[in-house]
Amino acid sequence: MTEKLFAIPATLKDIPTHYCPGCHHGIIHRLVAEAIQELGVQDKAIGVAPVGCSVLCYDYFNIDMQEAAHGRAPAVATGIKRVHPEAVVFTYQGDGDLASIGCAEIVHAAARSEKITTIFVNNAIYGMTGGQMAPTSLVGQVTTTSPYGRKEDSCGKPIQMSEMLSTLHGPKFIARVAVNNPANMAKAKAAIKKAFEINVKGEGFALVEVLSTCPTNWGMSPVEAVSWLEKNMLPYFPLGIFKSEEVAK
Amino acid sequence: MAEKILMKGNEAIGEAAVVAGCRHYFGYPITPQSELIEYMAKRLPQVDGVFLQAESEVSAINMVYGAAGAGARVMTSSSSPGFSLKQEGISYIAGAELPCVLVNVQRGGPGLGSIQPGQADYFQATKGGGHGDYHNIVIAPNSVQELVDMTILSFDLADQYRNPVVLLADGAIGQMMEPVEFREVTAKNIEKPWASTGLHGRSETNVINSLFLKPDECEKHNKHLQEKYAVIEKNEVRYESIHVEDADLVLVAYGITSRIVFSAMEKARKEGMKVGLIRPISLWPFPYKPIEDASAHAKAFLTVEMSAGQMVEDVRLAVGRTKPVYFYGRTGGMIPNSAEIYDQIVTIMQAKGGK
Ligand SMILES: Cc1ncc(C[n+]2csc(CCOP(=O)(O)OP(=O)(O)O)c2C)c(N)n1
Ligand code: SF4
Repeated sequence: MTEKLFAIPATLKDIPTHYCPGCHHGIIHRLVAEAIQELGVQDKAIGVAPVGCSVLCYDYFNIDMQEAAHGRAPAVATGIKRVHPEAVVFTYQGDGDLASIGCAEIVHAAARSEKITTIFVNNAIYGMTGGQMAPTSLVGQVTTTSPYGRKEDSCGKPIQMSEMLSTLHGPKFIARVAVNNPANMAKAKAAIKKAFEINVKGEGFALVEVLSTCPTNWGMSPVEAVSWLEKNMLPYFPLGIFKSEEVAK
Repeated sequence: MAEKILMKGNEAIGEAAVVAGCRHYFGYPITPQSELIEYMAKRLPQVDGVFLQAESEVSAINMVYGAAGAGARVMTSSSSPGFSLKQEGISYIAGAELPCVLVNVQRGGPGLGSIQPGQADYFQATKGGGHGDYHNIVIAPNSVQELVDMTILSFDLADQYRNPVVLLADGAIGQMMEPVEFREVTAKNIEKPWASTGLHGRSETNVINSLFLKPDECEKHNKHLQEKYAVIEKNEVRYESIHVEDADLVLVAYGITSRIVFSAMEKARKEGMKVGLIRPISLWPFPYKPIEDASAHAKAFLTVEMSAGQMVEDVRLAVGRTKPVYFYGRTGGMIPNSAEIYDQIVTIMQAKGGK
């Protein structure tokens, strides 16, 4: 509901989305759209949509877009950016897309410090395909492909992508944020805007991981989903800035 | 007229791409095409182009998707195992109708196979390779000069039809040195109003996409693709036909194999045997008609490939059941020699009662 209180930015089309009630994808779209709007770069923005619940985000952003194959968005974005160096190119990807099938693509785009922004939506599950285990699913988390709970001995622990990518020299900015309450939403907005500012200045790769809910596949009400996120995801996926030139200086 | 220079096949493809106006290349090293990626690494920066060594063939083809969708003339190249990895991306490129040139310098397979020349990726190139109903335009040169001319042609065809074009070469032509001439080309400046470039004042967004959630819309898109393929089949069949008019035996071969078959044919002609050659240049669309026409007077056909028999299926389709279609192939990176092929010719001619 929160997003309905404000005027819709021109970077977002005024049409209903297909997201489930209580899903954070819509809020995150909104923050991305606002950042692009506020930086005044709608005209030169080119987005890359993933395969996942946000596959149709090319219908929602009022921005030129390309729909990538599952996990390949950073490679597609690289191709676009190398053709239009002046463009503000970004990818929007889920955790299955980015941390599983597209792990190589994101690592190498980050390592090259490709001058793009990645918005990484981590909801600890495969939403679109009906709630299977993701590389970010928590130990013990019950999903349709981990019906007895994720087992550490056979599946390992969930990948902390922000921490992992921060070990690379390439990235200029890496932050993990959440949109579970107004204070965090403001921080999320600031981080996303920062990531796009770096993009506009052509400084290099920037990624914002946004912890997100999937009430439908978690089998919870929207309210329960937010508290599950706070209780289970926040301890394992701590919020914060993992890499920033300013921090380094 | 431009002067002739001696060039290696793989490098000639690279220079031809530059001449055609290609300024973006994404690839991953693999034998026997590495001279091409190395040539692009050296050459593209000299013309303000972009060379990028991708982390895998999967990434390379998706970079091609992004660059083609952004409106650029773009190329990638690989050899058999690497080309297999590109198939997912090629299906998306075909679905989203993105123009690009994809070079496969074939080697022996399956699996890691061998690094010597092969022609066993014919099915993959001409029948789909990736998922869904789609076609690449497939062009098969047989000399270094043709690598040049057909690389340039491939970029034009790709833009004209908004379709991926596969330049299907092999390790032999890729590695061979021959004199080539770069004719003056006027790079066609094709408008791409569909490309995702950023709005820049445009009111409707441009979306590069192959997803149609509603099945009726997906079928409509498929119908559109099939209509386009029908136009290509009508307009873009290319082949060479030598001594076919009076031939009792028609040989069919493409790429490097066609040159070896040609010399076997010459020898047979000198011995008085009426042997001809049809060389498909476009493997898709395949020259069914000239082969079918030849079957009216020819007594038999012999297809020669560096495979266990792939193109021969198309030759059989063209000929039907009226005349026998024989096959001779070498696999795994072995190149047939003209004496082997000559022996095949003699055996068939004797059985058919020809001289
Ligand atoms: C190559 C390929 N493999 C599998 C799929 C099926 N698939 C579609 S979306 C998806 C996972 C999406 O999960 P995530 O990236 O976490 O995004 P979410 O839906 O949760 O937002 C999978 C496995 C596919 N489309 N393509
Ligand atoms: S399935 Fe989950 S991620 Fe997908 S729209 Fe619904 S709540 Fe959001």
